Amino acid sequence: MSSEPIHTEHAEEHGETMTKRRIWNVFFVLLGITCVEFFIALYLVPKGHMTYHTANPIYIVLTLAKAFYIVGYFMHLKFERLGLIFAIILPVLFIIGLILVLTNESHHWVDLRL
Amino acid sequence: MSTTVSQIDEVKTTPWAGGRSPFAVEYGKIMMWFFLLSDAFTFSSLLISYGALRFSSAAWPAPDLVFQSVPLTGIEHGAPLVFVGLMTFILIMSSVTMVLAVEAGHRGAKKEVVWWMIGTIIGGLMFLGCQALEWTHLHNEGFWWGHIPTMEELKTLFHGNTSETLMYTYGHQFANLFFTITGFHGFHVFSGVVINIIITINVLKGTYEKRGSYLMVEKVGLYWHFVDLVWVFVFTFFYLV
Repeated sequence: MSSEPIHTEHAEEHGETMTKRRIWNVFFVLLGITCVEFFIALYLVPKGHMTYHTANPIYIVLTLAKAFYIVGYFMHLKFERLGLIFAIILPVLFIIGLILVLTNESHHWVDLRL
Repeated sequence: MSTTVSQIDEVKTTPWAGGRSPFAVEYGKIMMWFFLLSDAFTFSSLLISYGALRFSSAAWPAPDLVFQSVPLTGIEHGAPLVFVGLMTFILIMSSVTMVLAVEAGHRGAKKEVVWWMIGTIIGGLMFLGCQALEWTHLHNEGFWWGHIPTMEELKTLFHGNTSETLMYTYGHQFANLFFTITGFHGFHVFSGVVINIIITINVLKGTYEKRGSYLMVEKVGLYWHFVDLVWVFVFTFFYLV
């Protein structure tokens, strides 16, 4: 909440920013991806064209794609300085670490149950 | 006196030498990013624990059987994903109005900022209303923290044959995780709506016009998009997988 009205133009430094047209493009991408997910969940899987084992990884990939568009475009991270991008993206490695650790742990829980 | 400065006394101008910010983003915005990062850790902990419990479970209430009603329309069965699809659409839409508010802020168009912010607030309230309906529906079925429907009803929520003990155990796990995680997300949406209202009032009062920038709108925008981002994951892992 600084009083100096600087930095409003920082996006323009990079020559690229969010325009109205781009906002709506991203919206349609997000909507399209969600529709694909619905198509898989409501048609392909119930009709037996696809099993859960194929559908679930696809859902996760599509979800990550949506996350990329929200963080990159709506949250403007794609147009920020590289330093900020890395400061936000690299700590996500901790989350991946937790996924690996708990996946391993849950294998152990399966063994406990038997 | 000599006007030359020794090399060591020269003001450094490169980003990482302290000359200027390597991020070229205002302080509050960086702090919002780091707050969101910590919030992302919290949400991932919740979602990953959910994933681990579900992965190691022998049975789980099937999403297409648990969420197949559309509240307010009288449709009780056979419409999986329809209501949550509507909720997802509302939240994505309110994210769009939020970026449009930020975009209007860049141009200093006060009126436009206000209208887009009001659109965002309405979207947020609609989402909360939908979530309240969804919770009420599940609560009427018998789900709540530590509560599950009667065994008879529970049987209709699992695919295939599952023993009663397993249905009891994993029904409980599902109920606790569902209400905790969607509740935590809903609380974020609620806080977001409150913050958006405060910022809109400030815009109306002309606070940011006087300040010369609508950076605060960008900061709450970041928070609002994060809420949308979390929903994308909650939607996938509770309703699709």
